[in-house]
Amino acid sequence: MAPRTPLTAQEVARIRADFPILARTVRQDRPLVYLDSGATSQKPLCVLDAERDFYLHHNAAVHRGAHQLAEEATDAFESARTRVAKFIGARPADVVFTRNGTEAINLVAYALSNAGAPGALDGADPAAAARLRLGPGDEIVVTEMEHHANLVPWQELARRTGASLRWIGVTDEGHLADPAEVIGPRTRVVAVTHVSNVLGTRTDVAAVVAAARAVGALTVLDACQSVPHFPVDVTELDVDFLVFTGHKLLGPQGIGVLWGRGELLAAMPPFLTGGSMIEMVRMEGSTYAPPPQRFEAGVPMAAQAVGLAAACDYLDRIGMAQVAAHDNALVTHALQRLAERPWVRVLGPTDPADRVGAVSFVVDGVHPHDVGQVLDDAGVAVRTGHHCAWPLHRRLRVPASTRASFHVYTTTAEVDAFVEALDRVPDIFGVSA
Amino acid sequence: MDLYAELIIEHAKRPQHAGLREPFDTETHHLNPSCGDEVTLRVRLDRSGEHPVLADVSYDAMGCSISVAATSVLAEECLGRPVPETLQTYAAMHAMLTSRGQDEGDPEQIGDGVAFAGVSRYPMRVKCALLGWAAYLDALARAGVDIGGAPTDVRALERS
Repeated sequence: MAPRTPLTAQEVARIRADFPILARTVRQDRPLVYLDSGATSQKPLCVLDAERDFYLHHNAAVHRGAHQLAEEATDAFESARTRVAKFIGARPADVVFTRNGTEAINLVAYALSNAGAPGALDGADPAAAARLRLGPGDEIVVTEMEHHANLVPWQELARRTGASLRWIGVTDEGHLADPAEVIGPRTRVVAVTHVSNVLGTRTDVAAVVAAARAVGALTVLDACQSVPHFPVDVTELDVDFLVFTGHKLLGPQGIGVLWGRGELLAAMPPFLTGGSMIEMVRMEGSTYAPPPQRFEAGVPMAAQAVGLAAACDYLDRIGMAQVAAHDNALVTHALQRLAERPWVRVLGPTDPADRVGAVSFVVDGVHPHDVGQVLDDAGVAVRTGHHCAWPLHRRLRVPASTRASFHVYTTTAEVDAFVEALDRVPDIFGVSA
Repeated sequence: MDLYAELIIEHAKRPQHAGLREPFDTETHHLNPSCGDEVTLRVRLDRSGEHPVLADVSYDAMGCSISVAATSVLAEECLGRPVPETLQTYAAMHAMLTSRGQDEGDPEQIGDGVAFAGVSRYPMRVKCALLGWAAYLDALARAGVDIGGAPTDVRALERS
């Protein structure tokens, strides 16, 4: 997985031609420098074309009706599932489409609390069912660096089930503390991020899985910030659930993915219920379809799934190892340029080998919103605020930060434009440069 | 940049009448959940005359230059004045901030508040300039002042 060959300038230029939005100007004719891909990535033409093609030629409600369009729409949706599954080394039957990453995490959290309802696990494989039961005295473990999407659903699950929430701390350097110190015999669920959306640090998943496995706890990996940036294989990771979103992966907004181990998905009760997810419905009660349909109630987001499959094709044509190498080159360059500015304080480790996709920083004495505004004035789009990771910012003792984040279409020249725009900040706000 | 008028930078660096003071009638704590900016604000009213007078307004503001400076201007413009007049100042500030660049503000009505005219061209920053005002309206309402039905949540205030 180590970076091998970063993309050449010519290759990146060719890639950029696939993203017409990158050629637009903002704020009085400044060329757009889009460094907010960690929030959402831009989408290549092939993704837009795939969605449009679906609506133009194949649109129908998936898994309903017997007419030809219904058949084609269902085929397109299921082929997209197969394609996305391949992207993460999974079996298609274990891939559930959701609205976004947040919904995918909530799906697991609600399935776990629904598992406590009378009869919810009737007929389920006893070994799998036992892993899904959660109650008072049990512990759910998260980390202090989670995105709110991988924190609040677990707080709520703890509240609903009477389980306790515990968390793995973050060191002053921005690394995760030893998971084995928090994961213990009472731990039933361990939910961690694969890559911090603020620090860009990569979690040592093997250490988390080893500690969780030793006590039989379920592992849930938030891969929203990893799948877009380097090759991810669910078999290698050996977690129980993995979640990511389409819109950070050059895909459309409105599509997310939950991957789960087949035997766990098979034992899990549904989260959302209604059409499409049933096996048999009578007035007295219903039985449910096997996964993945059990977890896909209602008409699914077929066009978005098709778009996401096109995004996977696009990234695989470039090669995820190359995508990772390019990302590492950008992070390395950004860290170097920022290190030349003593008034910039980068959050988290400053070794690029520890980082993926993003660099967050503060300028002491200047609020990140003001930093972001100065950058925006120069056409540079970054994220400012707490990035949906308020506890992590509290832990690092900063109210908020500014984040520059990258993707395969980002150039080193854009990183330069960003740091040069940043140089106006000390002057405007009267802090010493 | 037209957003960062010199007055805004000055108020942000040296917020006027800052710090939480005693005695006070009511205290409110408001935050902007999208960025984490916070303000704690206290008011003390003198009710000896026909209209209550803002005898003191004190605050602790933590946030971007726009939100800190806006709270500072609020204190500078409103301190010592009859409360109904301060509500007029608020209404004029609100009209300017939500005008998308159409209303430049009247210095007679809002004093240093005119420095915030540029903020109205940046819809994402209007909330910042209204945070202190939301806290102020809330503090008045808690003190029993009729604030004319104005919302006191900054997100609602922005759209009102």
